[in-house]
Amino acid sequence: MIPVLDFDDLTVDDVSRHFGRRRAVSSITFQASRGTVLGLLGPNGAGKSTLLAMLATLLRPSGGRIRYGAHDAAAHGAALRGSIGVLGHDLFLYPELTAQENLEFFAALYGIADPRRAALESLRQAGLAGRAGDPVSNFSRGMRQRVALERALIHRPRLLLLDEPFTGLDDASAAALAARLRSLKKDGAIVVLATHDLDLAEGMFDRAVFLREGRMLDAIDRPGALRSTYRDVMSRA
Amino acid sequence: MFARVVWLVLRKDLTVEVRSLEIAYTTLFFAVSCVLVFAFALVREGRAPEDGAAGILWISIAFAGTLALGRAFERERQSETLRALLLAPAARPAIYVGKLLGIVALLGACEMVLVPLVALLFQAPLFAHPVWLAIILLAGTIGFAAVGTLFAAMLVRARTRDVLLPVLLYPITVPVIIAGVRATATLLQPELDMDSIRFWLALLGCFDVVFVTLALWTFEPLMTD
Repeated sequence: MIPVLDFDDLTVDDVSRHFGRRRAVSSITFQASRGTVLGLLGPNGAGKSTLLAMLATLLRPSGGRIRYGAHDAAAHGAALRGSIGVLGHDLFLYPELTAQENLEFFAALYGIADPRRAALESLRQAGLAGRAGDPVSNFSRGMRQRVALERALIHRPRLLLLDEPFTGLDDASAAALAARLRSLKKDGAIVVLATHDLDLAEGMFDRAVFLREGRMLDAIDRPGALRSTYRDVMSRA
Repeated sequence: MFARVVWLVLRKDLTVEVRSLEIAYTTLFFAVSCVLVFAFALVREGRAPEDGAAGILWISIAFAGTLALGRAFERERQSETLRALLLAPAARPAIYVGKLLGIVALLGACEMVLVPLVALLFQAPLFAHPVWLAIILLAGTIGFAAVGTLFAAMLVRARTRDVLLPVLLYPITVPVIIAGVRATATLLQPELDMDSIRFWLALLGCFDVVFVTLALWTFEPLMTD
């Protein structure tokens, strides 16, 4: 495996991304350090998913730079990916494989020494140890989401990128996810979370970046009353 | 650890296929139908056209291969698992080689049914030189799948991928298919012309080296954007 690079902060500096003539993201700047939960908030088409794809090194910025500590994705993409975990809209799971096989496969791909043990530990953490041998296609959306979260976390990433992670979760699972994110934050992870679910995200963010039509409208530290803050920022724009 | 990633991706693809058998069944059904249609059209009163078997075998492999390539990457698209593979801290060319070997294995399994079927229906002595035939089929399949795997991965997000894949694939792989047909046709002659076989095999080998090298070189930049 390629050696993994760790970092203490994430810097997004004047980053833009164009698809042909369409501007998906324009001049975004923010920073996040270890132990920070950063929210990306905005309506559909605001550029949140494009920004997350760039942070995940899946897309190159058309302009500006993204720095992971002192490192750059262009030079150290593969090594940085070992420190990045992604939970997207889609769950990145093979429905034909069992939950354990899915997690074992990704653990091995990330170079974890004992993939089987890591997979079983992750399933226990997700409360799905009893369903380890069931194909993921037999799981409910919420259960799949929990397996997908464990897949994103199996290599203990420094940077965790989450795109609408509360989708399909019942109240108990959503609360468990929120608690997990707080514990990751305490362990020094940088969590970047894009969501529409302002009620569930209430009190979770150390910083919220508000986006609309690819532009950054505002960035607010420790935003309180998230829903009204969101409404204010959007109406000002 | 290139080989480890290749093995992981290959083993995962084969496990998924063994569970669903989706690509194996559809590819095999299509390829067998193709051979049967040619047999009904060309075999008259039990007499098959001379040298027809080699061409029909390779056309069936090419058609079945295109179907297999499309389905293999459609499966990765449905749950966006290709993105998950690309997010791993692994050399992306290793992911490409793992996918390529999976396609080659599938087509190899398909060829194990097609070869006896073509031999039977077209009265072709395909098993007269089984080792040479295996080498020719392997070399041709690798060349075809090398280009196909790259294009299928590239087109995974394109809405018109089903149309674009054959449009892009066939013009580039025509030399491989021609070399495969000529090499196989040479095997069917009563007298084995070793010089001719070596020439066509060398040509297939050159195509394989060029196509695999180009694909390894371009896979990372093509998949990043």
